[in-house]
Amino acid sequence: MKKYMLDLKVTENRNLHASYCLLKLTSDKTLPDMFPGQFVQVLVNNMPTTFLRRPISINYIDKNTNELWLLIKKIGDGTQAIANHQPGDYVNLLLPLGNSFTLPATQEKKHLLIGGGVGTAPMLFMGAYLRESGFEPTFLLGARSKKDLMQLDVFQRFGTLYTTTEDGSHGETGFVINHSILTNNTFDRIYTCGPKPMMMAIAKYAAGRGISCEVSLENTMACGIGACLCCVENTTNGHTCVCTEGPVFNINKLTWQI
Amino acid sequence: MANLKVNIGSLELKNPVMTASGTFGYGSEYADFMDINRLGGIFVKGTTIEHREGNPYPRMAETPSGMLNAVGLQNKGANYFIEKIYPEIKDYNTHMIVNVSGSSIESYVECAEKISGLEKIPAIELNISCPNVKKGGMAFGVSCSGAAEVVRAVRKVYSKILIVKLSPNVTDIAEIAKAVEYEGADSVSLINTLLGMAINVETRKPILSTITGGLSGPCVKPVALRMVWQTYKAVKIPIIGLGGISNWKDAVEFILAGATAIQVGTYNFIDPTVSIKIINGLNEYCDKFGFKSVSELTGNLAITK
Ligand SMILES: Cc1cc2nc3c(=O)[nH]c(=O)nc-3n(C[C@H](O)[C@H](O)[C@H](O)COP(=O)(O)OP(=O)(O)OC[C@H]3O[C@@H](n4cnc5c(N)ncnc54)[C@H](O)[C@@H]3O)c2cc1C
Ligand SMILES: Cc1cc2nc3c(=O)[nH]c(=O)nc-3n(C[C@H](O)[C@H](O)[C@H](O)COP(=O)(O)O)c2cc1C
Ligand code: FES
Repeated sequence: MKKYMLDLKVTENRNLHASYCLLKLTSDKTLPDMFPGQFVQVLVNNMPTTFLRRPISINYIDKNTNELWLLIKKIGDGTQAIANHQPGDYVNLLLPLGNSFTLPATQEKKHLLIGGGVGTAPMLFMGAYLRESGFEPTFLLGARSKKDLMQLDVFQRFGTLYTTTEDGSHGETGFVINHSILTNNTFDRIYTCGPKPMMMAIAKYAAGRGISCEVSLENTMACGIGACLCCVENTTNGHTCVCTEGPVFNINKLTWQI
Repeated sequence: MANLKVNIGSLELKNPVMTASGTFGYGSEYADFMDINRLGGIFVKGTTIEHREGNPYPRMAETPSGMLNAVGLQNKGANYFIEKIYPEIKDYNTHMIVNVSGSSIESYVECAEKISGLEKIPAIELNISCPNVKKGGMAFGVSCSGAAEVVRAVRKVYSKILIVKLSPNVTDIAEIAKAVEYEGADSVSLINTLLGMAINVETRKPILSTITGGLSGPCVKPVALRMVWQTYKAVKIPIIGLGGISNWKDAVEFILAGATAIQVGTYNFIDPTVSIKIINGLNEYCDKFGFKSVSELTGNLAITK
């Protein structure tokens, strides 16, 4: 896929939470095609502590308004600076980067999309894409507490939603891997993004039941375009760039000890 | 429009702006963003005789105005390069230069010999300065005798343009440059990365799997510039300057300090089109200050004696 460097204009910056915001960006021209699982490299402000670009998943593409959505969790100077953008500001992005989730075969009907923390970001775009392709996805989102669950209303538009919270304030109490739908239901495919221990637990669950499972990795990156070899993950093919061969990997390609 | 052509020995470059090994892949990674044929040259990834997996992840740490890397020369080996990559890159309308690395004199020689058979590769850059491999690499580049020994052995089997890439992790880089000039190097490129380190205070663990790694980016520029200047005063062969270049002003500084040509490394990650901006900026600078040719700038530092 052709990659672009674009200056996109901020149309909205919605504070969802003390540490989360939703940034919407647009262009005068129609945005290039992008697929769920792909990411962008955001140029921050070139200050000393935010020298490199920051990789951020594509949260959603609103074709009607020609908007790209980014869900940002503020964890350091870079994400904080991105979250400070005001409507009218321009943000420089490289996009679209990386591979994407595999769209299921038509006979596979039951898809479970599991997101934890800011890892819910690419699950929204994937859910919307599945819905558009005629599927009815199931979402399972996990967070510490009710206030840490983002965009629930939007997820509900595209499929059935389940949640877990560690303090029991929304959905079932505990971690996503303990949710009852995993024992009461069967699925043809699982897609997941979130903290590595969560993805490993899900990979183990999927591998044990022979369910095809794709995970989206968040290895630290420098270039984001396959030039520096900094972002490698160990796979069955040796060290593989997460920014070009990933971020989405089928669990049978990874060498995780699960 | 100034004349931007420069020469590295008998090799003519259409302009002095090239891209640094390990930061520009094999060129195609950047082709969506810019016309890579406008470059003076492209230094491809470090290539070794054997397939190397490189160091374990994590291999990168961001630093103030720069980054540390510990990639460790991951590459699929010289044969793979010759069979799979060379056919893809040989017809680019710019010079493709292979960065040859090794772990012993024999492995440098064997790799250089293999690459010398490739018609469309006019030059190699001998990497005797990689801080990220246990054996070889920088071990050769930090002593005059070690550097001389590798260059002498490679010079015997490699008759095209031989560029030697120097390590900044030495007390006197000019001495090393003199030693490799004496052994018949056509040019020296400097600097490779500076040995550095970063620690995560929350976990008390080093960030890189190898504990130490190579520092690059704008933070190293003053050091690199000083080394180019010192080397310029010591040798007659052309110098290729690099280390932290991020705009045309930086490039002009390196050329004034004595470089004939420059390479852009880490900054390609921030702005994949930066090298084109530098080419345009050099041209405008020459026009503005009345230089007909960019080569007039080399070492043209105004110093009052
Ligand atoms: C493919 C991909 C997609 C991503 N998608 C999103 C997204 O949609 N939304 C979002 O908010 N973030 C996303 N991230 C993570 C985001 O890139 C980082 O949070 C960001 O780079 C941190 O920059 P900072 O300057 O805010 O923090 P820094 O100051 O750089 O880091 C703060 C702390 O977090 C740690 N850290 C930083 N980056 C990572 C990482 N990648 N993995 C593990 N630890 C890390 C640092 O070691 C440090 O301790 C994604 C990352 C990748 C690779
Ligand atoms: C990720 C990365 C990989 C590198 N790989 C190589 C390499 O394979 N061979 C080499 O000679 N130099 C390598 N270098 C060093 C650069 O070519 C260059 O000498 C150094 O980064 C300084 O220039 P800069 O500050 O413009 O990046 C690498 C640098 C980086 C950042
Ligand atoms: S981040 Fe540079 S190769 Fe992946």
